[in-house]
Amino acid sequence: MEFFIEKAILLNGFACILFVILIFFFLAKDGLALFKFVTIQDFLFGTLWNPLAEPPQFGILPLFLGSLIVTLGATIISVPLGMACAIFIGEIAPRWMRETLKAGVELLAAIPSIVIGFIGMTMLGPVVKNLFHLPTGLTALTGALALAFMAIPTIVSIMEDAISSVPRIYKEGSLALGATHWQTIYRVIIPAASSGIVAAVMLGIGRVIGETMAVMMLTGNASVIPKTILAPVRTMTATIAAEMGETVRGSEHYFALFALGLVLFVITFFINLVADAALHRKQK
Amino acid sequence: MSKIETRGLSLFYGNFQALIDVNVQIKEKMITALIGPSGCGKSTFLRTLNRMNDLIDGIRITGEVLIDGENIYGNRTDLVLLRKKVGMVFQRPNSFPLSVFDNVAYGPRIHGSKNKAELEDIVEESLRHVELWDILKDKLDHSALNLSLEQQQRLCIARLVAVTPEVVLMDEPCSALDPVATSKVEELMAELKKQYTILIVTHNMQQAARVSDRTGFMLLGKLLEYGETRQVFTNPKEKKTEEYITGRYG
Repeated sequence: MEFFIEKAILLNGFACILFVILIFFFLAKDGLALFKFVTIQDFLFGTLWNPLAEPPQFGILPLFLGSLIVTLGATIISVPLGMACAIFIGEIAPRWMRETLKAGVELLAAIPSIVIGFIGMTMLGPVVKNLFHLPTGLTALTGALALAFMAIPTIVSIMEDAISSVPRIYKEGSLALGATHWQTIYRVIIPAASSGIVAAVMLGIGRVIGETMAVMMLTGNASVIPKTILAPVRTMTATIAAEMGETVRGSEHYFALFALGLVLFVITFFINLVADAALHRKQK
Repeated sequence: MSKIETRGLSLFYGNFQALIDVNVQIKEKMITALIGPSGCGKSTFLRTLNRMNDLIDGIRITGEVLIDGENIYGNRTDLVLLRKKVGMVFQRPNSFPLSVFDNVAYGPRIHGSKNKAELEDIVEESLRHVELWDILKDKLDHSALNLSLEQQQRLCIARLVAVTPEVVLMDEPCSALDPVATSKVEELMAELKKQYTILIVTHNMQQAARVSDRTGFMLLGKLLEYGETRQVFTNPKEKKTEEYITGRYG
């Protein structure tokens, strides 16, 4: 029995890795097929994405920059807010408020992204449009705001866990040396929780970069290189989702979307790697 | 004048009274040990002296605690200054997950010294004080969590010394240490006594007898007996004290 369970768990562990590898090969097989038609340089650094042109253009730079600007915007908005919120819930709020807030924040995570997209379209879009006097409210900023809203529950929830799991004796030790509550928070509690905080930020970014539905609805879907955050953009994920239905299996366009998926995969893989490295450096 | 004096000190957790009318006078530059069975209130008493109990919800304190003649539960008490003056060593070493240097420099930094040379001097002097300097002088940038428990406890004392307190409260400082480490920390206490007023809570009666000048015996929230250590251990006035010391309960 013992033997059997051990082997079963081992098998599960290997299966997870196997699936990742299989997904990678699946993506790579169809994605790399694109390069029979297009050079890697034209794909990565081409400034025009127009699969319907003659000949079709598959430059992902506008899409990549679209994803980058939306993700960066969402990160810049959500990390400070999420961190402040996590510190407030974990350290400052009285006990009764803490439980209510935690439950509330976790409930936020349960809102489907399509609903956020919908709310963003009908309410956030017009606000952005009027505030900045733009021709359209569907911009990178609108997408970034909505994504920040989606990343915050993840960030708060994981960060708050990290902050609350800092041993109480650290806090007492610091206070007993005459530190104020705030000094204790930023000099002891945050450094002690830093690995969890990095993980929270990375998972937040992971959620943002892979998000499709809301950005598709909110960013205006213009595959041009964005000059400001107030311009409409199109992200890599939204491109795949929008165009997959209209491609012919085995066509250049089809392969191009897989190649795009491959790029996304590599990016998220890299983010995880960085997060992991950060965690281990801290533990030393 | 005594360094620390309590007058009619009582403390309630909700409806439970954890300290009952404690009156005591503690002299400067002496080691005072507090003994008694678990739950008798000795740690709670210790924590009233630097107001660490304030962290607990639903606590109520009546009476007075005078340190250098001033009631620390008065309206004008500055908690930062109080805790700078009355430092604490905890049951388990709680060195921060920072480098050795940053641990010792922690107190001076929060109290406003930024000068690097000055901090280096303070760190060296404080580590010398607890006899860690020679061992750690080349490892100041290592994480404090890699040290042995005994070294960590010494480091915590060095961290305290760095803020130049006047009173040092020790809450079972050796309970996580082995006998050899314990005797080293005890030697250190004898050394520290020259400069600081020390209060130690301990479960270990031999330790109380070895290190302290005065001993208080607490039972169910009351300070039953308080006097010179030799007298308390050899000729206790209270029958309960005698029973506890001779190991009949506890």
